[in-house]
Amino acid sequence: MTVPSADALNVVIATDCGSTTTKAILIERVDGVYRQTFRGEAPTTVERPFEDVTRGVLNAIAEVEELSGRRILDGERFITPARAGEGVDIFISTSSAGGGLQMMVAGAVKGMTAESAQRCALGAGAIVMDVMATNDGRMGHEKIERIRQLRPDMILLSGGTDGGTVTHVVELAEYIAAADPRPRLGTGFDLPVIFAGNRDARGRIQEILGPRTALTITDNLRPVLEREALGPARHRIHDLFLEHVMAQAPGYGKLMGWTGAPIMPTPMAVGDIMQTIARQRGINLIGVDIGGATTDVFSVFGGVFNRSVSANLGMSYSVSNVLAEAGLENVLRWVPFDIEEADLRNRIKNKMIRPTTIPQTLDELQIEQALCREALRLALDQHRSLATGLKGVQQERSIADAFEQTGTGRSLIDLAELDLIVGSGGVLSHAPLRSQSMLMMIDAYQPVGLTALSVDSIFMMPHLGVLASIHERAATEVFERDCMIYLGSCLAPSGPEGRARPGERVGAFEVRLPGGRVERGDMALGEVRLLSLASGEEAEVSFVPTRRFDAGAGRGERFNSRATGGVVGLVLDARGRPLLLPEERGERVRRLAEWNRALGLYPRAAGT
Amino acid sequence: MGHAYTPGLRVTARTLVRKRRLLPIHGQVLVEASARVEAQTVVARTELPGRVQTVNAINLLGITPEEIRDYMLVKPGDRVEKDQVLAENRPLISWFKTRVLSPIAGSVETVSEVTGQVLLREPPRPLELTAFMDGRVVEVLPREGVVVETAGAFIQGIFGIGGETWGRLAVAVDGPAQPLTADRVRPEHRGCIVVGGSFVGEDCFRRAREVGVAGLVAGGLHDADLKRLLGYDLGVAITGTERVGFTLVITEGFGQVPMARKTFDLFRSLEGRKASMSGATQIRAGVLRPEVIVPEAAGERAAEPEDGVARRGALREGELVRVIRDPFFGRLGRVRALPQELRPIASGTHCRVLEAEFDGGEVVVIPRANVEIIEG
Repeated sequence: MTVPSADALNVVIATDCGSTTTKAILIERVDGVYRQTFRGEAPTTVERPFEDVTRGVLNAIAEVEELSGRRILDGERFITPARAGEGVDIFISTSSAGGGLQMMVAGAVKGMTAESAQRCALGAGAIVMDVMATNDGRMGHEKIERIRQLRPDMILLSGGTDGGTVTHVVELAEYIAAADPRPRLGTGFDLPVIFAGNRDARGRIQEILGPRTALTITDNLRPVLEREALGPARHRIHDLFLEHVMAQAPGYGKLMGWTGAPIMPTPMAVGDIMQTIARQRGINLIGVDIGGATTDVFSVFGGVFNRSVSANLGMSYSVSNVLAEAGLENVLRWVPFDIEEADLRNRIKNKMIRPTTIPQTLDELQIEQALCREALRLALDQHRSLATGLKGVQQERSIADAFEQTGTGRSLIDLAELDLIVGSGGVLSHAPLRSQSMLMMIDAYQPVGLTALSVDSIFMMPHLGVLASIHERAATEVFERDCMIYLGSCLAPSGPEGRARPGERVGAFEVRLPGGRVERGDMALGEVRLLSLASGEEAEVSFVPTRRFDAGAGRGERFNSRATGGVVGLVLDARGRPLLLPEERGERVRRLAEWNRALGLYPRAAGT
Repeated sequence: MGHAYTPGLRVTARTLVRKRRLLPIHGQVLVEASARVEAQTVVARTELPGRVQTVNAINLLGITPEEIRDYMLVKPGDRVEKDQVLAENRPLISWFKTRVLSPIAGSVETVSEVTGQVLLREPPRPLELTAFMDGRVVEVLPREGVVVETAGAFIQGIFGIGGETWGRLAVAVDGPAQPLTADRVRPEHRGCIVVGGSFVGEDCFRRAREVGVAGLVAGGLHDADLKRLLGYDLGVAITGTERVGFTLVITEGFGQVPMARKTFDLFRSLEGRKASMSGATQIRAGVLRPEVIVPEAAGERAAEPEDGVARRGALREGELVRVIRDPFFGRLGRVRALPQELRPIASGTHCRVLEAEFDGGEVVVIPRANVEIIEG
């Protein structure tokens, strides 16, 4: 299938082949505007007994055909171009089935080239199984053993700036050669290895790895310490993903022949659409996709894109690991009732072993939402440590800098500069009430100042990411109109500076709502309010904090801005930043119930 | 999707079980097609490449990497013994001589003039693959392994830990609701797979180790006991490599949950028979559940086995289901109605539900995702 010209693109069918479900969406140009019109899904068929991904794709598309009444397939052939009532102009797809793209990366120094290599692989949509560096604390034989055990889909090797030392990167290449690693798929094939390190080491690397691996050499991803150049290596990863990984996966050869644009790894497509949106609007954003097994976090701050994957933080398969990593106390702090530790542990493990079950009772739901807050928080912590400025860079210091001892490699994630949070994944997209999704994200991320929040309605960001690669306008129109559900905005002053005093005044707000209505009031520490501000509406917000708080304009300074509305509204959050939770159990439960009541979170709960 | 429920675990008195027994890397298959094998029969063998050791020779000798070849006494491909001299310098006064000794017996893999490292490889480690269950070899996959087939009982658990084992089945409780307590694990259970009822706990684990039990099976266990048994909090259900002294399979879930009557009765009917068991669990796409297989003795029965494929059809009215989540976790009921439309449930969400009738006539509404079909 070829890419039609922009004008001739009227009907698109797009699929995302996930590890369990293949999701198809139909996008049509309606009155000159692109809209997502129908969707269908079917189990993914990568594994036995089918072992052919196209079966699931055809089934999902068949569901779209049934619902839309549009004939898309003639047997296994796509009807193109689109005509009245039948056919499509293009078929596109993403994939994370069969475990997605699994990579190992290696770089000379842990905090420098190894970290750049990790960012590069993550940005290309990979799950990074291990990051190896000459100074990672492991002995040579331990590294070799690890490489051998992992069986990744490919290895990205970096190290050394151009013209710098070759010793370290050659040492890593020697380890890789000694391990003689085999690829995960296609046992008869050599493992793809990309070398994106010191140009001067290419000859040596070719000698060591050339005979044993499918070696590809590309531009150095850290040509000088002060600059990362991840693009060329990312492109090579995508090429090899198509040539080696996809070509070995069951049925993908056929699927690649059907698509009008190269198949993208799902997270790469999501990253692309996030970057497109941030660029078009000139905003900073954080996107999160919390799944059953893993949580992906994407961010664009100051135009710099980052992605991280928390491989064992999720709401079903990995839910028990959320408890293990967060600790019981951190989970319990969000549970608005008393529960025995043994009972909570058993419930969480039962969810882990039967991951497709859903909470039937309110307390089960509240436990899941408590775990979600912790999974989101932990995943952002991990993201923060990866989304940093470059480490090891020499900085010119002025006299003023001498008083501010900041090192290189500072996290790019500044919640006070955050404009938008986009949440997706079942627990956020399918919460019984949207207000629950909004508070889960506010509690987990604790945004400061004014921040808009949204959820992805049916997780169509992967599809839109590929669509953006061939027709950016179509992708952004669907993103705005059908993909995003704006929840509203959150205004949260940071503070208090120093010790918190219960009930102390945080400041005064004035909100000018559409239609001339004005809401005014005082906020005390620990208070939350919800003002009605519907989707598509905006409000003038003004907040005058007391001197121990900062709403975005400085401590004690008046803050003015415009807030975006949504299906929940405008949340005024005076619970403090960092968020202050009472330590005493009874008092905490009472407080949580109060906040839940203020946002109408659990209307069925007794007493709330 | 039409199938928004969990297919039941397989519990069947007679089926055809096929196991692909594959080497991790190519090797030698030791049995022929149609050969009869026992669980402990070695069916294939291979040699895993030896571990690699690194020796930083240049640091020890105080030389630069480019000089290393001049100091080496061995070359790539040579066999070396432990403490054999790999390289040495030649000072004028022999008292200052420095020798680089081999930390292992093996062979020289590489000598690098860039990093100055010497890589040594240990001898290959033999790996033997057993048949895991009594049966017959139905297919030989040259250099890879075999397919073993047996007719017999097949019982899937919901979660397990520990690897493959085998032994005689011993039921140590009087009924499916009775917990397995330490006093019920007796010395004659050494080498056996001991079946309990609703629960197995920490005291029982200790006793099982003392006695030398091969495996334990019960309805449920507490997560807190599991944590103490493993020594860590299990984060993700990917198991099978644990070494706790026995293999453990639970059939229902976490907590104290009576074993399903059908499962318990089947175990009881098979008491004294040799069984094979694996605790390996992998709850991801491509789910793997722990299992107990009880092969029939040769010539014991000639009838055709039951359908070997787990049924994954749609739920039907009148079907027996088990609830697999609170608030009715572990209870059995019959499907009374399957309303098509989404219904609200107590959590506030709308989902596809079913009406089920428990013993005693109580009728409840349950999300379809929260039941599993009791098969067979």
